[in-house]
Amino acid sequence: MNQLTALVQIKGIRDGLLAAFTDAPWDEQKQALLAQIDEKPAFFQGARLAMDVGAQILKVNDLVDLRDFLSERNVSLWAVISESPITEQTAQLLGLATRISKPRPEERKQTLEASDESALFINKTLRSGTRVEFPGNVVVVGDVNPGAEIIADGNVIVWGRVRGMIHAGCRGNRSAMICALDLSATQLRIADEVSAVLKPQKDPKPEIASINKEGRLQAELWQTG
Amino acid sequence: MTAQVITVTSGKGGVGKTTAVANLANALAMDGKRVVCIDGDIGLRNLDVVMGLENRIVYDLVDVIEGRCKLKQAMIRDKRYPELYLIPAAQTRDKNAVSPSDMVRICNDLRPDADFVIIDSPAGIERGFRNSIAAADRVLVVTNPEVSAVRDADRVVGILEAEEKGSPALILNRLNPALVKNNDMLSAEDVLDLLGIQLIGIVPEDETVIIGSNRGAPVAADGKSRAGQAFRNIAKRLQGQDVPFMDLEPQGGLWSALQKITGRK
Repeated sequence: MNQLTALVQIKGIRDGLLAAFTDAPWDEQKQALLAQIDEKPAFFQGARLAMDVGAQILKVNDLVDLRDFLSERNVSLWAVISESPITEQTAQLLGLATRISKPRPEERKQTLEASDESALFINKTLRSGTRVEFPGNVVVVGDVNPGAEIIADGNVIVWGRVRGMIHAGCRGNRSAMICALDLSATQLRIADEVSAVLKPQKDPKPEIASINKEGRLQAELWQTG
Repeated sequence: MTAQVITVTSGKGGVGKTTAVANLANALAMDGKRVVCIDGDIGLRNLDVVMGLENRIVYDLVDVIEGRCKLKQAMIRDKRYPELYLIPAAQTRDKNAVSPSDMVRICNDLRPDADFVIIDSPAGIERGFRNSIAAADRVLVVTNPEVSAVRDADRVVGILEAEEKGSPALILNRLNPALVKNNDMLSAEDVLDLLGIQLIGIVPEDETVIIGSNRGAPVAADGKSRAGQAFRNIAKRLQGQDVPFMDLEPQGGLWSALQKITGRK
């Protein structure tokens, strides 16, 4: 049993419990976590659990299974912290938080380096409740529906309709821009400028939003040539 | 033969999930199918009222799960259709009394002896919703042509896709063709444009639905009700038949006659 429990470390944090996983096979660690919970059911009753899964690559099924097992034991999984962008995306899809109040120092460092160079490519429609945060540019082929949010350090390009919230240049980059085939967003933000007056258009045309010379956030029609 | 498990859900409350479940179950039973409805809204049960079976409840879903009765004992036979059953929710417990694996187990027990198992999901995206979709082979999302309901439906569709439950089908409930014509209501096209999922039926706004719900007699059995017709059509589509969509042009009342004269659109 000791050997088993050593696989997963559980400690208390400000917003509940944090389970730290290692790189050992996922199934073994999952069993180890559940075994720990079953050992002390009273302690875990009604707990909010966050997991730090390290570099594990987890698919939707892995997380859904574990979440269901946990919820049967009255433990609610609310966050999954991961170094792998795939796992992070899976967690976001399931509506789980991917950052807890105090991000790990090494994560932040990595965040700064990723800027400008990299882009996240999303080949589907972002539905209500989806939040995408990325330390670089974001490209979406699909729509951004009302209630969805994109927060990017760099530019955001949407090959589709934007009706949700987009924040480009979220770390203060005032030269960031937002481009979309139809920009009828509820709210756009670039750096610290906010624009909320974008009307739904009858005959949408591609537009680019950026901060103009007067320092205001403005959307302009795309000019070819 | 094995039953298809269909979960009806919405995200937002009050859009007509329970009404849809009761009507689809009745319509399927009218077509001679063996149907079991499960009320997944533990603690806030009302499918029994809409189906008019309130006073027959002895055991409920939680009694089955906790082993106080056999599954068959909790199945209440409908008044009109001998092959239609309801498993009611417990009113005095909460969602935590049921787990996703309990729902899977119960549905698997029902599968051999039914054609359809229809689960009425509670509103929201929490435990009760997770329980209700755990066993689903197919999910129907109900929404009204209202911005708030559509946004919640979108969230639910996103979760279902993330959980690899497949793309759900949409029931657009309480559409008022006259309001749509005046641009005062979202049209079916607007809703579909945003959700991007397959449409399985449009149910027009119809006061007979409310009357039927209050009387415990779902309108699917009422040959004259337009909403009843819409639900019967959805039931046919669930059985794999290809039924054309109803013509929902406003019917020739005084108002539409006036509109024609004044040429208002």
